[in-house]
Amino acid sequence: MPWEHFPHAADMGVRGIGKTKNEAFEEAAKALVALTTDIGGVSPKEKIAVSLSAPDDEQLLVEWLDALVFEMATRRFVFSRFEVRIEGGKLDGTLWGEPWDESRHSIGVEVKGPTFTELHVGVGGDGLWVAQLIVDV
Amino acid sequence: MDTSRFQRVSDTEWRVKPWGKMRVPAVIFATEDLIRGMDDKVYEQVTNVATLPGIEKASFAMPDAHWGYGFPIGGVAAFDADRGGVISAGGVGFDISCGVRTLLTTLSPGDVEGAQKELADVLYRSVPAGVGSTSAIKLGAKEMDSMLRGGARWAVAEGYGTRSDLERIEEEGAIDGASPQDVSDRAKTRQREAMGTLGSGNHYLEVQRVAEIFDAEIARVFGLSVDGIVVSIHCGSRGLGHQIGTDYLKLMVNEAPRHGIQLPDRELASVPLKSEVGRRYLGAMRAGINCALANRQIVTHFTRRAFASIFGETPLPILYDVSHNTCKEETHRVDGGQKRLFVHRKGATRAFGPGHPELPDSLRAAGQPVLIGGSMGTSSYILAGTEKSMRLAFGSACHGAGRAMSRHEALKRWRGRQVIDDLASRGIVIRSHSSRGVAEEAPGAYKDVAEVVNAADEADLARKVAKLAPLICVKG
Repeated sequence: MPWEHFPHAADMGVRGIGKTKNEAFEEAAKALVALTTDIGGVSPKEKIAVSLSAPDDEQLLVEWLDALVFEMATRRFVFSRFEVRIEGGKLDGTLWGEPWDESRHSIGVEVKGPTFTELHVGVGGDGLWVAQLIVDV
Repeated sequence: MDTSRFQRVSDTEWRVKPWGKMRVPAVIFATEDLIRGMDDKVYEQVTNVATLPGIEKASFAMPDAHWGYGFPIGGVAAFDADRGGVISAGGVGFDISCGVRTLLTTLSPGDVEGAQKELADVLYRSVPAGVGSTSAIKLGAKEMDSMLRGGARWAVAEGYGTRSDLERIEEEGAIDGASPQDVSDRAKTRQREAMGTLGSGNHYLEVQRVAEIFDAEIARVFGLSVDGIVVSIHCGSRGLGHQIGTDYLKLMVNEAPRHGIQLPDRELASVPLKSEVGRRYLGAMRAGINCALANRQIVTHFTRRAFASIFGETPLPILYDVSHNTCKEETHRVDGGQKRLFVHRKGATRAFGPGHPELPDSLRAAGQPVLIGGSMGTSSYILAGTEKSMRLAFGSACHGAGRAMSRHEALKRWRGRQVIDDLASRGIVIRSHSSRGVAEEAPGAYKDVAEVVNAADEADLARKVAKLAPLICVKG
């Protein structure tokens, strides 16, 4: 699975795995949404664009997931498709999703925000990129 | 955790002498069993906090301590601004001023049992809960700033409650020094429609029966007697607090090295209290505290309306309102003198002892009520601050049961429906939007709150007063 959850004493870890850094960031976003709802039930009907920057890749992951939490909370949206392009400390991201509908979307937990705990962006021994951190729920 | 890493001071006090970069000792208040059950990360985190500049006396952890972000959850640390003391966004936590408020009622268990499902349904409809919960209250920019300055006082002025509520809330309903201008637009946007909502995760509203009284004299002052019915509300500052936490954590991570602060863990990011970012965070965090106080005040109003719709007009006065994710400026006795200190309590409750000037007249002789939430379907406790707690850990005690198992593991073990049915067979009615959330919060996923409370009582951090058993739980 290109994304997964990993345990933390009180909260949850989200991990994206991909052939590129961009892909790992996209998968990490899916892992985050999957805490709130089953992403298989979300149609990618509308798209939203975000542009972010940070001093390093790890802080860029925090910014990216912070932006996702913000868009979910303020638009009351859930997302299922992501496209990320990272270049020189800048991230351009596109999020596809639809308005949250309690009657159709399964309900998990609300994510409060990304944290710096277990924060890691890098290439593993298998040559795949990993982007991960613990989110506060 | 291996107890040999500690010097055992008493049955409930475990100390680590300063080593490496630690400026002060680390102290955990817990029984041997609780220490053994704690994650090694608690040792790492409580000793890391002891390395921060300007820390006074010791880095403390309460009996319910577990692995947090930078600070352990259940961590208490006080800093002197004049000695280069720091403030840490991680040391306060994401849900700023998350806390518990308990309301007293004049109802009997018979009254509630006769209308248990109906009351559960009305409360579930009246108090917005769960993922992305919103209420009909929408705040414009000006009202948002008034709320962030005025806290529960603002809410009362808006018609949510009465003036007499305020004396039973820490800081009489609003902390001074809040600066809404230091709260980002993103944080305010997240809060626009979230006033008067519980949120999700471990937040709840419970109708409880007083099952046992341990200290009759203090219970009388608190208005508690066996078979009395009370309502407890556990929630915080919602999206606003979370966004303030994220915004300033990001800022502090890059700012700390500029002040020569070496961080053993990035999440411990802190800046001097006397720095620009420190002052801004303090003002924003205080705005977050006021948001939580206003939020619990509005939830209280919704709760009162729900009770009135079933039982007619019935008073639901506040016993007390405590916050357990804060940094507050307080006066404490250190080295024989009085000092103004900034006390971080991350997953720890203020527990001021008898006679403290900040307690309302009606409670001053008894000590501050310390409200401890159990997990869903288990008992909660009410304790009182003690004389000694002021000397032990800056007048602080535990805040709850603490998780014994990750959400991940809980989801593998339980299904929400099964948890709800099991609790129903024990006479406890659960209402929740999220079956998965119920499974993650299953009673078995938490430590035994009784053990935590007994340890706090034995250590004299707070005295046990009453035990509460749940009848209805509206789960976030």
